[in-house]
Amino acid sequence: MRLARVVGTLVATVKDRALEGKKILILKHVNESGAASGRAFVALDSVGAGTGEMVYYVRGKEASFPFLPDEVPADATIVGIVDSWDGKKVPV
Amino acid sequence: MILGRVAGTVVATRKDEKLEGTKLLLVQTTDPESGAVTGYVIAVDTVGAGAGETVICVSGSSARMASGLKDHPVDTAIVGIVDTLELDLNRD
Repeated sequence: MRLARVVGTLVATVKDRALEGKKILILKHVNESGAASGRAFVALDSVGAGTGEMVYYVRGKEASFPFLPDEVPADATIVGIVDSWDGKKVPV
Repeated sequence: MILGRVAGTVVATRKDEKLEGTKLLLVQTTDPESGAVTGYVIAVDTVGAGAGETVICVSGSSARMASGLKDHPVDTAIVGIVDTLELDLNRD
């Protein structure tokens, strides 16, 4: 799992049936100060995250697990919204 | 999940029998922010995407969870056609 920040939203009308009703967001990883940095990427949302929030997401096959028993084709899914983080630096 | 643009088709007569009847497309992966091409993948189309359309792809073992690809030898599948993409990079 990694920390990221939500930087945008994506709308797709034509999509896999299992993706219907799922929110698709654009994320960026965060730099040491917690700001969005690097290349943006696409992830599903399972917790109701919104633009500007810091989140953590899971990659790989496990990204479909939050939606079980539905078999959702996802390889990156937000599984938590960060309230606070502690430490001198965000683990980049 | 990979954001990309359909750039062409791939035709293969000899292939794994589970890939018979699948549509293979050449997808240029793109940076959601700049739209710059970052590479390419060959993906199985499950939503009826066409040349020039912006799509989202799922990669890795999750690709087999796309409609009709259960137990197929596939690691990238197109699962959505993008209508709009909205970025807001100033809300940290």
